[in-house]
Amino acid sequence: MADPTKIVEIMEAVTIPVMAKARIGDFVEAQVLEALGVDYIDESEVLTPADEENHIDKHNFKVPFVCGCRNLGEARRRLGEGAAMIRTKGEAGTGDVVEAVRHARTVLGEIRRIQNMRPDELMRVAKEMGAPYELLKETAELGRMPVVNFAAGGIATPADAALMMQLGVDGVFVGSGIFKSGDPAKRAKAIVEATTHYNDPEIIARVSRGLGEPMSGLAAKQIPEKELLAVRGW
Amino acid sequence: MKVGVLALQGDFIEHVHILQTLGAQAVEVRKPEQLGDLDGLIIPGGESTTFGKLAAEFGLIEPLRAFCASGKPVWGTCAGMIFLAKDVGRNQPVLGLMDVKVKRNAFGRQVDSFEQDLDIPALTTAGNGASRPFHAIFIRAPLLESVGKGVEVLAKLDDGTIVAARQGNLLATSFHPELTPDMRFHKYFLECVGKG
Repeated sequence: MADPTKIVEIMEAVTIPVMAKARIGDFVEAQVLEALGVDYIDESEVLTPADEENHIDKHNFKVPFVCGCRNLGEARRRLGEGAAMIRTKGEAGTGDVVEAVRHARTVLGEIRRIQNMRPDELMRVAKEMGAPYELLKETAELGRMPVVNFAAGGIATPADAALMMQLGVDGVFVGSGIFKSGDPAKRAKAIVEATTHYNDPEIIARVSRGLGEPMSGLAAKQIPEKELLAVRGW
Repeated sequence: MKVGVLALQGDFIEHVHILQTLGAQAVEVRKPEQLGDLDGLIIPGGESTTFGKLAAEFGLIEPLRAFCASGKPVWGTCAGMIFLAKDVGRNQPVLGLMDVKVKRNAFGRQVDSFEQDLDIPALTTAGNGASRPFHAIFIRAPLLESVGKGVEVLAKLDDGTIVAARQGNLLATSFHPELTPDMRFHKYFLECVGKG
């Protein structure tokens, strides 16, 4: 959790909703954020986890939560705990979109796969994925997540954002991709515009021009396994 | 019937799905040329300053004003209501067409969002005519502080707060009928579209 002074300062500076991060499993940080009046909480692997076994029981809160996932089982476990939105974990802080692509393709591909399954097959898959059967059945019937599904972790360019949208997510989160770039305001605007017009390559080309230096990147593959953020949580 | 849904940002897809369920052709609108042959338009919920900035950037403000002026039905839900209003209490790009004064985030932040049953007499003509309350969802919702002479109030909260109104072809709701299974508000809008 960031310093409450900073969070309140941001809430007072903007008229749009404000999301703040709590550590995985730290339900007291989440209580504090709710008391501050933030609009959403991201139970985020980007912060050092407070609990290596359990995530927050999000049903105990009125403020909506978003949680990260790498696959459908993980997504459904978080929704089972009461998350109101889901995002890919990706690999935050790298500017490398490859992990977000992997996670989005995994989740969306698994949804496509379970749509054609018989109930007996779905039960087996529920066991393999470690996802509650009833929740998996709901996803298969809907053909999508029952909640908004975002891409996050490593998105740094307008084309990255449009790529994730074309893969089938409902929206994107961008953090360091904007704030660690040479001209954050300009890049933020371009990424927003590319997300709206994600199916229009001419517009993406136009908004991608002259954005200045991107964040200095880090290949997710070069990061030692134990230092990856995406492996935090389960 | 071909109805557009402004798809710059927000919950446009929920409107699209309901329109399709009701047998209308739904079109996502992101560029001025997509307004051409529409019979009506919905401006969804979302974030009104984002709508304003994106609409201005992509040359949509004047074409949207012209569409509204053509007399074809236009319905704004939540942020869409703000985008239609003349007075939003601060400087942000809006269409500025409905003679109403809007207060943004009037009920508080996300945690102050609520659901409430409303009596909406106008809906008795939509659907089977039975009068039953409409379950309304308010999310960081705006309210109408005041409305001009030509504006008809369609719904109020118990304390008199105005949360739905109509001015000729322009319709506005503080709440999100696209998030409930009750499709009467969309039927009501499509009836307006059908009448031209």
